[in-house]
Amino acid sequence: MKRFTRIFTILVFIFLYLPMIVLAVASFNSGTDIALFKGFTLSRYSELFHDSALLALLGNSFLIAVLSSLIATVLGTMAAVGLHNARGRLRSAVMTLTNIPMTNPDIVTGVSLALLFAFVGVVMKINSILGFWTLLIAHITFNLPYVILSVLPKLAQMDPDLEDAAMDLGCTPAQAFFKVILHDIMPGVISGFMMAFTMSLDDFVISYFVTGSSFITLPVEIYNYTKKPIHPKVYALFTLMFLAILVLMVVMNLLQGRDADRKMRKRGART
Amino acid sequence: MKSKRLLVPYVAWMLVFTLIPLGVVVYFAFTDAATGRFTLENLSDLGVYLPIFLRSIFLSLISAGICLLIGYPVAYTIAQAPVKRQRFLSMLVMLPMCMSFLLRTLAWVAMLEDTGIINSVVTALGLEPLPLIRTNGAVILGMVYNYLPYMITPLYTVMMKIDHRLVEAAQDLGCDSTQVFTKVILPLSVPGIVSGITMVFVPAVSTFYISQKLGSTGTTMIGDVIESQFKTAYNPNLGAALSLVMMILIFVCIGFMNRFSDDDEEGVVTP
Repeated sequence: MKRFTRIFTILVFIFLYLPMIVLAVASFNSGTDIALFKGFTLSRYSELFHDSALLALLGNSFLIAVLSSLIATVLGTMAAVGLHNARGRLRSAVMTLTNIPMTNPDIVTGVSLALLFAFVGVVMKINSILGFWTLLIAHITFNLPYVILSVLPKLAQMDPDLEDAAMDLGCTPAQAFFKVILHDIMPGVISGFMMAFTMSLDDFVISYFVTGSSFITLPVEIYNYTKKPIHPKVYALFTLMFLAILVLMVVMNLLQGRDADRKMRKRGART
Repeated sequence: MKSKRLLVPYVAWMLVFTLIPLGVVVYFAFTDAATGRFTLENLSDLGVYLPIFLRSIFLSLISAGICLLIGYPVAYTIAQAPVKRQRFLSMLVMLPMCMSFLLRTLAWVAMLEDTGIINSVVTALGLEPLPLIRTNGAVILGMVYNYLPYMITPLYTVMMKIDHRLVEAAQDLGCDSTQVFTKVILPLSVPGIVSGITMVFVPAVSTFYISQKLGSTGTTMIGDVIESQFKTAYNPNLGAALSLVMMILIFVCIGFMNRFSDDDEEGVVTP
């Protein structure tokens, strides 16, 4: 039985990575048909680095991802600290508000923001309000819950006496926050930021509804591509991004592992 | 006490960009596109879309069921592994979610096409090409593939927390391995099953693109109809009405699912 589930698990992992393999192989294909491997070439990669329009779209995606996840991390960490100290009805009301974008399907989030922006556009008499700012607002909105939900557990694990101890030793509340609390919850803040960043970088559904032709990100452009045959340099870009995210996740994994080990040791020392 | 003030910017942001947009959806759903007056017509026009609603629910439920059948043994195997490997494997489960959902779906198109990768293997073996793409099965495959990580992650989170002493106690009291599973592990993993099904069902029922690429005109889903109302048919009022009904449907489903687990712990995706 155990051996069966183990083999089954390996097969499922192969299933999960099959499309990645197909796309990575296609990035080395000298033919343009993804389903037909003609011969090995690296020219897709050099084509990619010479395509300034495609790289500009990637730059747009990164710009939105960095800005939205930074803003969401600051706002979300503040909110998590406030929420940690809130009790009762206030707490449950704010938690409900946090859960709305988590439970609502992406398409509803996208459509509802698009309608809001259209409404504002009509009121302010702006013709094409959709673009950079609307996209940034939408990304901050869907990133916020991820930050809060990864910082809150760290706050709950924190020793509540630490803040009092810092203030007894003469810290102002702000100093206590920056010198003691923030230090303790940092792993949660970082993982919230990373999650927000990757979600934002890859988001298609929400971006598709809230951006216009003035500011386009890579996933939105890929959707426009799919109506015509897709150029293999996009597969090369995918392969490179896959490797980058793989490295990022392995590093995060090692950091989390170190954090867990340290906590284990601390607990061992205390008892 | 003062730290509650930290909640203010967040709550203001969420009210403006989450709650008010939902109000705008309701407003659009009940107004006439041409005159801007109150009307129930958008909602009464939805009868035509009933078969599409039913198909979306049906295909999503099947996908969620298949995800559960595949995901359960995988989550169990991961939860049994040594701690360091557990972290690595759960990262591997999460990684595909960070990669372009559009391109991964296109990779499945390349595999399933009439002249695609699978069929070229089949014809090379001297067999007739299989009708793989443009079927309900292909759409279900696409949804299972895309949303399987959302099933494995909450299942794994719950299973990881099961106290191993309970399993030992059951064994001491004379349970064989089947009984340990049905009497201890399965009941304790119900919260994970519930949140896994919810987390697969919600994005699956609202998906667009998967059915456009892997299905045919006979497999159109409700997300595709909403998208076309906003992007090609330019009837945002009808689109808003469709979104509203879908939102209510999802809230009813979540409410129904939550009755199966009194545990309010959520299987939130965290890497």
